[in-house]
Amino acid sequence: MAAPHETDGRCVISFTVNGSPRTVQVYPMQRLLDVLRKELQLTGAKEGCGEGECGSCSVLVNGELVNSCLIPALQAEGARVTTIEGLSKGPHLSALQKAFLNCGGAQCGICTPGMILSASHLLSKNPEPTLDDIREGLAGNLCRCTGYMQIFEAVAQAAKQSIAKPEAERPENRA
Amino acid sequence: MRSDPAAYQLVAPGTLHGALSLLAEQPGQWCPIAGGTDVMVQFAAGKLAPRKLVSLWNLRELRNIEILPEEIRIGAGCTYTASREHSVIHREFPLLARAAGWTGGIANQNRGTLGGNIANASPAADSLPALLAYEAELILVSIRGERRVPYLEFHTGYKKMNLAPDELIRAICIQRRYSQYFQYTRKVGARNAQAISKVCIAALGQYGNGIVEDIRIAFGSVAPVPVRLFGAEQILRGKPIEPALIAQAKQVASSTIQPIDDIRSTSRYRSAVAGNLVAEFLEQLRGKGHAI
Repeated sequence: MAAPHETDGRCVISFTVNGSPRTVQVYPMQRLLDVLRKELQLTGAKEGCGEGECGSCSVLVNGELVNSCLIPALQAEGARVTTIEGLSKGPHLSALQKAFLNCGGAQCGICTPGMILSASHLLSKNPEPTLDDIREGLAGNLCRCTGYMQIFEAVAQAAKQSIAKPEAERPENRA
Repeated sequence: MRSDPAAYQLVAPGTLHGALSLLAEQPGQWCPIAGGTDVMVQFAAGKLAPRKLVSLWNLRELRNIEILPEEIRIGAGCTYTASREHSVIHREFPLLARAAGWTGGIANQNRGTLGGNIANASPAADSLPALLAYEAELILVSIRGERRVPYLEFHTGYKKMNLAPDELIRAICIQRRYSQYFQYTRKVGARNAQAISKVCIAALGQYGNGIVEDIRIAFGSVAPVPVRLFGAEQILRGKPIEPALIAQAKQVASSTIQPIDDIRSTSRYRSAVAGNLVAEFLEQLRGKGHAI
């Protein structure tokens, strides 16, 4: 249990963000989205609707896809958080990120980080998704530019490439 | 206007006993928050009235799914994802598994809990018609002990609940004998994903020897609380499913529900669709209901 700060109600939250241990002093009801963007300057997660409908604030918490706008900071205590910034390794994009570029799956870019994290969560649970699986996995992410088809193609392409490559050669596993 | 997080207190006692102690010390003062998929929406809109919140997220005691010979007990803190992916729920209670898959997108299913869906008490909640059809019972817990109430008696009016200020929902119990029934559910919304329902039905029945041997029909989004159609069930029980009986059941269904006009639909549309869903269920029950 995180101890509230004596004076102003803030508390110390320690968690792991993209593999690095981080500690912040925040109000327990501060949204995880705001902690990531304002306290940690990780602005990949976007705010769209602010009420869990659009998915542009999607991140992974302990490997599970969540809307970071609906998570109070206190509930992230001790968690492993992955944002879009954690998917690439330095200059090396992940297979999914490359597929989004190849297929034209990104236009204005507001939904893209959430789309890629939802897709990454889907592929971690289901490496060979059907088109219906892809549609369901991304149903919580709204895009107003692409019409979705290029996004679905990108996920399918990334899935195919990941299956074709041995584990060690996948970009996300390179040092 | 967004709420100011500095104006709110949130504590995480870490155990069920800790949370219940807090509720017992100051009954009615603490608002429980589990996955936050409803409470945080209120917070974002500047409409969250309670200023003191107690986190139930990840309380181990609320996340068990217990399989007993006669019944399954689903911890109130189980997420929609945990529910729909559980092999016994998936196999034996498809009405609940499907409702869990209809609720928001994957991200909300990973956080929203069954107990939260019940306590939030929306008339349009996806899982509630299934709980009515299965005649689910709720285990309520406080520092004073536990009690068990039929879900049917839990929601007593719009957003009104049979829940004392020091109580939490601990588990949802469903009889496994219902897995032998023909089960039917359908949600009608504006689109397939992420839509709040206009009308939602959950029903089960047994059809044998050419008659309806047993039947349960429940609806969401057509009254201030999810409703069970006892009147329609009564006229159907013991009779062969024929066009005249279907027409009668549709009529009784339409007169039992009290749908309203709102942003999602109209009363007239909801009544018509509810009747059509009853007819579709009965036709399928006649076709498959005798096969176990």
